[in-house]
Parts: sequence; structure tokens; C-alpha cells
Amino acid sequence: MSRKRLAITGVTRSFAGHRGAAPMLALRPIDLMVEPGEFVAILGPSGCGKSTLLRIVAGLDQPTGGTVTLDGVPVTAPGPDRGMVFQSYTLFPWLTVAQNIRFGLAERGVPEAEQQAIAARFIARTGLTGFENHWPRQLSGGMQQRCALARALANDPEILLLDEPFGALDHQTRELMQELLLEIWDADRKTVLFVTHDIDEAIFLANRVVVMSARPGRIKAEVPVSLPYPRDWTMKTTPAFATLKARLMGEIREEVRKAAMA
Amino acid sequence: MKPLVPVSTGARIVLGAGFFVVFVAFWGAATWSGWVPPLFLASPERTLLAGWSLLTEFGFAGDIAITVFRVVGGFLIAAAAGVPLGLMMGAFKPVEAFFEPFISFARYLPASAFIPLLILWAGVGEAQKLSVIFIGSFFQVVIMVALIAGATRMDLVEAAYTLGARSRGILRRVIIPAAAPQVMETLRLVLGWAWTYVIVAELIGATSGIGHMIMDSQRLLDTGQMIFGIVVIGVIGLVTDFLFKALNRRLFPWAVL
Ligand SMILES: Nc1ncnc2c1ncn2[C@@H]1O[C@H](COP(=O)(O)OP(=O)(O)OP(=O)(O)O)[C@@H](O)[C@H]1O
Ligand SMILES: [Mg+2]
Repeated sequence: MSRKRLAITGVTRSFAGHRGAAPMLALRPIDLMVEPGEFVAILGPSGCGKSTLLRIVAGLDQPTGGTVTLDGVPVTAPGPDRGMVFQSYTLFPWLTVAQNIRFGLAERGVPEAEQQAIAARFIARTGLTGFENHWPRQLSGGMQQRCALARALANDPEILLLDEPFGALDHQTRELMQELLLEIWDADRKTVLFVTHDIDEAIFLANRVVVMSARPGRIKAEVPVSLPYPRDWTMKTTPAFATLKARLMGEIREEVRKAAMA
Repeated sequence: MKPLVPVSTGARIVLGAGFFVVFVAFWGAATWSGWVPPLFLASPERTLLAGWSLLTEFGFAGDIAITVFRVVGGFLIAAAAGVPLGLMMGAFKPVEAFFEPFISFARYLPASAFIPLLILWAGVGEAQKLSVIFIGSFFQVVIMVALIAGATRMDLVEAAYTLGARSRGILRRVIIPAAAPQVMETLRLVLGWAWTYVIVAELIGATSGIGHMIMDSQRLLDTGQMIFGIVVIGVIGLVTDFLFKALNRRLFPWAVL
């Protein structure tokens, strides 16, 4: 269970222009409060600055203006309290599945026996039993992202930052992964910031969906999702789900068109 | 034949050996027919005979041993100094900014041009031979290792940061393991070049070694011995290359080499 409150206040980000061109504004002031244990989905068209926002929260990128605080403490650098799963595959190719999962623990000097116990627990939870000693290149995309999730979780972070972790997977695999993620989240209710451009995915997972505008991104709407947990795939066929979906589609269509024209 | 389709191990061996046969056949044809006189080029069987007498009567095995010692010694010293420096340059940009311009300059200095100077400084002993190889290899190793380490995948570095790693951890647990296979490939290439430097070093001011033997044979106009010496170098190169590749496959089972 997470205890810390994430506050994003007036965060902006502009990138220096190429060869004297005007700077490019990627994020307009973003204000977002995330309560401990919340599952917030950030929904937005491609290029609207979702990854940029997540990277700023992770401490991998610095905002041009504004602040990010975790329980009042400003975020200035990456740290193990904010675990991240990236849009691309980022397992260390020279480490086995189990060694990848233990990376953060080893870095913090956790005793060997404890490392093994924790790794074993998350291997089981992410359904990777039997693949402990495989190299990343021997895994399917879905397994690699599950392993990346286990690697982030093994560190017991306050917040999980997930940047379209299932974006590169096929539809069926993605649905299975969503259910697995919910199961894991339900077990210890960590704060999750989940970036996606898939409306169904956002509704199915989150208890709040934040819609971002086309670039330069700003928060256009916040839609609470009051569907009860635990959720399973049958939820996607309920009228309540359809109503939310219709509303979010309305919000996002316009932005996607703007992004496509830009 | 289709582009990029791999060939089976058996076929590869047959094809690879095939060209050696073709090569020796042309060599034989040119010499047996008398088209090239033996004064310029010994025939294959005369080369083998010359080699036999070199090994049995003139202690050529000792020359081979000393040359191998020089190559491996100079190469190991260059690698032991060059790899760490290259890694530090690749990982830490201020270190790179400090050394890179000088090393880029130094790497174009021909090692062989240093031989007269080195003889002046170090005499004609082993120190001079090792120095030639060191100068020829060190700067190349540094530049290439720095390039490899500097090209570490940024997303892996960032992933390590979000897992709690600091500078030291990034270097030890991301940059070095990520660079290792390519660094070994670089060392394999540089070892090949070290062979050319050692022979040059032995052609001038040496009293032993394969290069010295080749120089001696020239005075006697014995092309058989000269060619045998050259072939021995080729064979040693082939064997070390093979061993290096086998070692890399064992060390880095995670990489598709
Ligand atoms: N390092 C950078 N330098 C310059 N521009 C950048 C940089 N990183 C991102 N941008 C720009 O900022 C904008 C937002 O990028 P970002 O990656 O955050 O979008 P995104 O919402 O994650 O898109 P996607 O859904 O395609 O992943 C884009 O227009 C991108 O070109
Ligand atoms: Mg993105």
C-alpha cells in the first residue's frame, strides 16, 4: 500500500529549437494530484507529451517550469521509490529473468537470500515460473514486459509509472496483461500512473482517467471511473463501460484529429 | 543463392577449405610450370621442405615462441591500459573531452616510424619490441572502446536509474556488461594488427623472431623460408582468431554473436 501523495503543479516542458528555431512547447502547465493507492490513466493522442510527463515524474527529465513533489518532497532525480516500465523493451540483455528482477535489490545491497525470495515471489506473481534462467532475447514481448513489471515491483516502489507497457503487444495478449496488472495492483494497491492511448485499456484499469490535449499537452478532462474492483473482461461489455467509453471518445477524437493535422 | 540466407556448418567448412585448395593450386601452377622462377617464388613443396629444415635444424620453434610472446605481451599491456581508459572516456564525457583530441592525434602516428626512436630509448631488447606493439595497439583500443561504451543504450541506463542505480552502478552494472562483447571483438581485431607491428619491429634490429628469420632468409635468397615464415604467421592468426571467437561465445551466451 502506497502512502505518499504525488503532486504535479504547473509543470511545463519546452524543448530547445533545432538550429535556432523557436523552442518547441511539449507540455502546457499540468496540474495533477494523485492520492495514495490511486490508479490514474493518462490518455492522449500520440506526441501530446505523455511520456515527457511520466519521465519528469520519474526524475529522468527536468520540467522547464513547475514542480513535482512526493509527499511534499520535490522530485529532482530518479530513484527506486518511483518504479518505471518503459514503452520500449528495457530488460538488461546480459542478465537472466531472475537477475533482471533482482537488479534494484542488488543495487541497494539487499542480502542475497532476501533477493532470491523477493524475486521468486514476483516471478510467480507475473507468471514467469519456469523462465527464471532465460535470457531476455528468449522471451516473447509480453513476457519481457511482465518481467520489466516484476523488476519494478521487486523494489517495492511508492509509485509505479507505466508508459504504454503493453503498447507493442497484440490485442489478446494485451487484455491478459491488463487483467494480470489489475490482480497485482489489487493485492497491494500501489499508486499507479498509467500512460496509454487505448480508451478501453484506460477505463478497464483506472479509477480515474486524465485526458490530455494534442501537443502542447495539457489536461483537458478528468473522468472518474467508478466501476467496482475486482474487474474482469466481462466488464468491457457492460452499459456503464460503454457510457464512459462514449464520453472519452468524444473528448479524445477532436484531439487526435488536431494531432494528425499538426 | 538467396541474399542473407545462412549456410550450414558442413558447407561452410568445405567452402572455406576449398579456397585454400584453389589458392595452393594456382601457386603450384605458377611455380611448377616454371612461369615464375624459384628465385622469386618457391613452389609449395619446396616451401614445406624449407619449413621442415627451419624447424628441425635452425630452431625456428624458438623464433615462433619469442614472436608470440612479444605480440601477446604487448597486446595484453595495451589492452590492460586501454580498455579501462576507453570505458572511462565513453562513460564520462569530461574524461573524454580531456583525452579524446590527443588520442585521435596519436592514433595516426605510425608505430613503425617510432622504431628508430625506440631503439635509441630502449635498445634492441624486448622492451623495444613490446613498445612498438603497445604504441600500435593502445590508441586504437582506447578510441574504439570509448566509442562502444559511449553508445550504451540510453533506455537501459535510464531503467537502471529508476531501479535505484547511481553513477558507480551504471558504470559497473550497465555500461561495462553492455560493452563487453563488442570490446572483445575489438580486441580480436587489434590482436590481428599487433601481428603486423611485431614483424616490422623484428625486421629492424632484432636477433630472433619470425621477422628476423624472414630478413635473414632474404639475404640467402631463400624464398621458401620467407614464405614459410609468412604462412606460419597466417596460421597463428587463424588459430587465435578462432580461439577468441570461441571464448566470446562462451563468455556472452546472452548475445547473438
Ligand atoms: N528529447 C526531446 N527533444 C526534443 N523534442 C522532444 C524530446 N522528447 C520529446 N520531444 C517532443 O515532445 C513531444 C511529446 O513527446 P512524448 O514522447 O512525450 O509524446 P507521447 O505522448 O509519449 O507520444 P507517444 O504516444 O507517441 O509515445 C513530441 O512532439 C516530441 O517530438
Ligand atoms: Mg510515449
